[in-house]
Amino acid sequence: MAGIPHDHYEPKSGFEKWLHTRLPVVGLVYGALMIPTPKNLNWWWIWGIVLAFCLVLQIITGIVLAMHYTPHVDLAFASIEHIMRNVNGGAVLRYVHMNGASLFFFAVYIHLFRGLFYGSYKAPREVTWIIGMLIYLAMMATGFMGYVLPWGQMSFWGATVITGLFGAIPFIGEALQTWLLGGPAVDNATLNRFFSLHYLLPFIIAGLVIVHIWAFHTTGNNNPTGVEVRRGSKAEAKKDTLPFWPYFVIKDLFALVVILVLFFAVVGFMPNFLGHPDNYIEANPLVTPAHIVPEWYYLPFYAILRAFTADVWAVQLVSFVTGGIIDAKTFGVFAMFGSILVMAIVPWTDTSSVRSGAYRPMFRWWFYLLIIDFIVLMWCGAQPAEPPYSTIALIGSTYWFAYFLVILPILGVIEKPLPQPETIEEDFNNHYPSSKTPAE
Amino acid sequence: MIRKLTLAALSALIITTGGAFASGGSDGHVENIRFSFDGPFGAYDQNQLQRGLQIYTEVCSACHGLKYVPLRTLSDLGYSDAQVRAYAAELEIFDAELDDFRPRLPTDHFPDSSLDNAPDLSLMAKARAGFHGPYGLGLNQFFKGMGGPEYIVALLTSYSGEEVEQAGSTFYENSIFPGGQIAMSAPLVGEDVEFADGHSNDLHHEAEDVAAFLMWAAEPKLSARKHVGFMGVFFLSILAVLLYLTNKRLWAPHKNRKED
Repeated sequence: MAGIPHDHYEPKSGFEKWLHTRLPVVGLVYGALMIPTPKNLNWWWIWGIVLAFCLVLQIITGIVLAMHYTPHVDLAFASIEHIMRNVNGGAVLRYVHMNGASLFFFAVYIHLFRGLFYGSYKAPREVTWIIGMLIYLAMMATGFMGYVLPWGQMSFWGATVITGLFGAIPFIGEALQTWLLGGPAVDNATLNRFFSLHYLLPFIIAGLVIVHIWAFHTTGNNNPTGVEVRRGSKAEAKKDTLPFWPYFVIKDLFALVVILVLFFAVVGFMPNFLGHPDNYIEANPLVTPAHIVPEWYYLPFYAILRAFTADVWAVQLVSFVTGGIIDAKTFGVFAMFGSILVMAIVPWTDTSSVRSGAYRPMFRWWFYLLIIDFIVLMWCGAQPAEPPYSTIALIGSTYWFAYFLVILPILGVIEKPLPQPETIEEDFNNHYPSSKTPAE
Repeated sequence: MIRKLTLAALSALIITTGGAFASGGSDGHVENIRFSFDGPFGAYDQNQLQRGLQIYTEVCSACHGLKYVPLRTLSDLGYSDAQVRAYAAELEIFDAELDDFRPRLPTDHFPDSSLDNAPDLSLMAKARAGFHGPYGLGLNQFFKGMGGPEYIVALLTSYSGEEVEQAGSTFYENSIFPGGQIAMSAPLVGEDVEFADGHSNDLHHEAEDVAAFLMWAAEPKLSARKHVGFMGVFFLSILAVLLYLTNKRLWAPHKNRKED
């Protein structure tokens, strides 16, 4: 499968040969597990395994929760309380699922920013990157619909606000929103279809994950130096790589277990810390919460949505040029979706020929600023839309777009990269110098 | 109507400057209280829960319900089956099969609120958790374990005694309630109930006891949850050490190469 030369599966026993000629499934698993992996991968490369674990965890806990949940506006909230009080282990199961979503997004953000720093999106890994963005979008949709299911106040009003975004799209918006909701407002039809889709999408994500893995198994992993594995011969490739099993499986498992220690501490000791207390009040279409806030993992994009108010000159200009078709609300919606789109097209806007940020002295600082920007936007998203937060959110949103659309294209031209190691082997050996005398 | 509300909500979010803060936020000051169930190993104090139940039964239940709480779970408070049965039987429920009222059984739930605008209290201790301060970072919740019970105590003890007439309704000044005026008159003034164990029944103690009871009502599986958390942390930590050593040994030949 991979372009890196390596040993292939050879069926030995009679049965293995019999099966292999009919269905080469053992060879497929062998190929995936024994894939040559750059041996200099650092600890930022462990999040893929964490994400795979999260997907499985969410599917398993979700299937069991669905056995006890009732998707009906009159019964949904009570059925969650039934799970919390009467189902054996139900409270823990639900808290694991709730916080599992948070771990999932926490991991995906680190995974994503790792890709952005080490240039994992650059040729030949653009397809891996695009599939990753699709997975991220599917995760956002799944998480959002899952949050609606408990039918608390934030469920209902979050659903109302977010589906309202589609209503802001010019011309087709209102019809689209009605079609999405199954009626003029968030109601039983909405809850039912969200439940159905919340159950479906994780399996689509699982399919996309397989394609994601297939894509980077074809190109080979990126690594902290961004230098490609030598592919001249098997012997050469072996100097740069180690097989995924057991070296990286054990390393990743260790990291996963450390993260799960923290995860269980959150689930056991502060399971509602990341949630919004208003969701313990049953949905009431007649009472709007004072302050509608999405889950923490949507906050940066929610901040971008709200940042472009009618008093921003860019909004006024666009509104004037389009004759008012694109007003502040529509502008905000386009900005929010655009903020993810600019990430998706980064393989083509980043003009630098150097892959890894480790050898890009200027890029590095802009990247760190992007991380800070992301955190500041997250904080702004949770604050009321008023000064000074609205101003900070506007500056933060502007930087987000500037990073992808202006800074990355320019940096590639003006930046002088640092010298890179010739091979992965050289980089690895620099980290772990050999010793003439064995350590006593 | 709904459409209008949707638009209002959207415009409030996107265009105007929403003035109100998140739930639990108010002008008043919520004090941290050291409850027995705080911290990773904290558990409910059964005596306190029993006192809280007494306050709920004698005071709160006149208006407020606990519709999500099954009566049988009162055994968590240390009551015998017979005591739970007797408590349940004091409450009536309409039985559609009998087409008549009958005494409640332990398998029934607490009644709904009897007053229309009195919210159900089952989840109040979780719904009023002031998670957001300071600066919206939730640090008080994280470091002090502050949450709904603290808010409930603060609410019950922050009546100024002033009354305000508004559109034919009477509101009561309360510095903790968002907006500063609440429709509920001060439910506790101190010495509202007599505890069998002779525990102090001044206003603050009563408020703490009923807040603890409401926390139990909202989160009855708190101890089981903390137990799972502890077991998870404990055993996974051991596994992490074993995997660390395995990983170190596995990579050793590649990391500590000898010059050849």
